[in-house]
Amino acid sequence: MISPVRTELTVTDNVPFGQPVAGPAGVYRFYALTLERPAWKSWRPGQFIMLRPVQDSEGTTWARPLSICRVTSQSLVLFFRVVGSGTDRLSRLKSGDKVVVWGPLGTSFEMRPDTPTLLLARGVGIAPFAGYADVHPAPASLYMLFGHALPSNNYPTDAMAARVEMENLRDRTPEELEQFHRLVRDKMLEYKEHGGMCLACGPMPFLKRVWERALELDLPTQLSLEERMACGTGACLGCTTITSKHWPDPVRAGLPVQTCTSGPVFWASDIDLHAVLPAERRA
Amino acid sequence: MDFHVSLADGRLDLKNPVLSASGTFGSGLEYRPYGDITMLGGIITNGLTLRPCAGSPMPRVAETPSGMLSAVGTQNDGAEHFVREILPMLPWQEVPVIPNLNASNVDEFSELASILSAERGVAALEVNLSCRNDHRGGQRFCQNPVTAARAVNAVKRGAGNKPVIAKLSPQIMDIVEVARAVEAAGADIISCIGTVQGMAVDVMTRRPMLGSVIGGLSGPAIKPMALRCVWQISKVVQVPIIGVGGVRTARDVLEFLLVGAHAVAVGTANFSDPGTIFRIIRELPALCEELGIDDLSRFRGSLEA
Repeated sequence: MISPVRTELTVTDNVPFGQPVAGPAGVYRFYALTLERPAWKSWRPGQFIMLRPVQDSEGTTWARPLSICRVTSQSLVLFFRVVGSGTDRLSRLKSGDKVVVWGPLGTSFEMRPDTPTLLLARGVGIAPFAGYADVHPAPASLYMLFGHALPSNNYPTDAMAARVEMENLRDRTPEELEQFHRLVRDKMLEYKEHGGMCLACGPMPFLKRVWERALELDLPTQLSLEERMACGTGACLGCTTITSKHWPDPVRAGLPVQTCTSGPVFWASDIDLHAVLPAERRA
Repeated sequence: MDFHVSLADGRLDLKNPVLSASGTFGSGLEYRPYGDITMLGGIITNGLTLRPCAGSPMPRVAETPSGMLSAVGTQNDGAEHFVREILPMLPWQEVPVIPNLNASNVDEFSELASILSAERGVAALEVNLSCRNDHRGGQRFCQNPVTAARAVNAVKRGAGNKPVIAKLSPQIMDIVEVARAVEAAGADIISCIGTVQGMAVDVMTRRPMLGSVIGGLSGPAIKPMALRCVWQISKVVQVPIIGVGGVRTARDVLEFLLVGAHAVAVGTANFSDPGTIFRIIRELPALCEELGIDDLSRFRGSLEA
C-alpha cells in the first residue's frame, strides 16, 4: 500500500481537448490539466487523486476525484470532462494557479507482462490507461478497445496509440453502442480462450456489461469504478461498493466497502454490481 | 498560551479545544497520512451501533452549496469490532478517543455504553440523540426532552465513570429545553449541533440525489444555526459545550468559543481537505495572538450582546 500525501502543487498547463461538442447530456468539454510533479515515492496506474483549487470559495465543499492519467519526469497529467460546477471550476484553472492534491489513492491495475491484456475503455475512462501503457514493460501484450461518443481528438488517444495497438469505435447512437458492446463481448471471449486478462474503465452501465461478461466467461477482469466521493480517505462512507462472496476478507463478504480505499480498481469476481444493500445485517 | 481544556471535573482533558466530529474523520486512522492525529484535542469516531450495520443505499452523499448532504445510515462493524480491532490501533494514550453511540432503544444504548466504557482506551462517550440518517427512521431521541433524557440516562447507567456527551439535534421546537433535560439526566457535556435534514434533487433525471431521498445537511451552511444553538444553550446550562457545525478555520473555532463553547468539533471540512484539522490547530495560537486573546477561559462566552 502506497501511503498518500497531501501537497500544494502549481498548475503548469490546462488545455481543452478537441472542440466542445453537443452530446446527450449537454455540451461536452474535455481538458488536460498538467501540474508540477508531486514528490511521491511511487504510484501505480489505476490510482487516483483528490484535487481542489486553493482559492476555492466556501460554496464548493468537495475536492474532485481524478484518475492519474500520466506521470512524467516533470509533471502529473490529469484528463477530465466538465460534468458539473466542480469540474467547470477546474476547467478555469490557469498556469500558475495553486491546487491542493492528495494521493496517490486507492488500488491499481494488475500488470502481467506475459499475459495478453485487453484494455476496455469508454469515454473519459481512457484516462488511467495512458499511464498504464506508459509504464507497462511489455506494451506489445496490450490491446485496447475504445468506445467514444465524441470525435477521438477529444480524448488523449495519441499517446496511447504510440505504444498500444488500439481500435477506436464511435458509439453515439444506440445501434453504435450495441455494436461496441458486441465487440467487447467477442474480444473478451477471445482473451479467455488465450489465457488473457481484461481491464476496464468507463461509465457504470458499460462496466456492468463488462462485469456480467467477465463472470459469465470466468475471465480475470479488473474494473475501475467511478463513484461520487466526498473525501477520498475512506472516512465519509459515501462511495461504497458491495462485495461478493469471493471477497478476500470473508468477514466483509456481501457488505459495503469504500471504493476510494478498497478500490477504485476491483476484481470483477470480488464485487456484486447487482447487489442492493440490506438495511441491517446480523452479527 | 495554554490551550488545554479540562472538562467534566477533570475526567476529560483535551490538549486543545479542537476535536474531530463524528462521521467525518473515520476512526482517526484514515487521517494518519495527512498529519499527526495525536495533535488533536480529541477524536470523536464514526457512529457505532451495538450490532454491525450495513448502512443506507447508494448514493449516500451529495454536494450542496456551502455544505453537503449525507445519509450513510451508520454503516459500521459494531461495537465489539471497534473494541477488538480499531481501538488497539489508535494512540488513545496520547489523544482522547470518544466513540459516538447510536441506538434504536434505551436498552441498546445501555449495553453499548457498558461495552465501550469498559475499555481503558475510551475517554468518553458521545450519545447521538439526533436522527441516524437511515431510511428506517428509528426513534429520534432528541424530539422531546423526555426521550432525550431517557437516552442519556440509559447511557449513564452503562458508562461508569466515563464522561457522557449528549449530541443534540437542532430540529426541535426548543433546543434549550432539551439541553436542560439532558443536563438534568446527567450529561457531563453537550455537543451541538448534529446535521439538519435536507434534500437535493436532479431535474434532468427527476431523481433524488440520495438513495435515502432525505439526508443530513452539514458544512458552513449550518454554522449560523450551530452558533445560535451554542449561544442559547450556554446561557442556561452549567455543563460545557462542544460546538459543531461548519468549522473550517481557526477563526470559526474562536467564534464558537466566543458564544460560549468550551471546545469545537471539525466535521465536513475534513472531507474538503484532509489537512484541515491539523492546519486549524497550528493556526490557532497565531490568531489568538493577533486578536489579543491570552486566556481562552476568559475569552469564552465574552460575546457582547
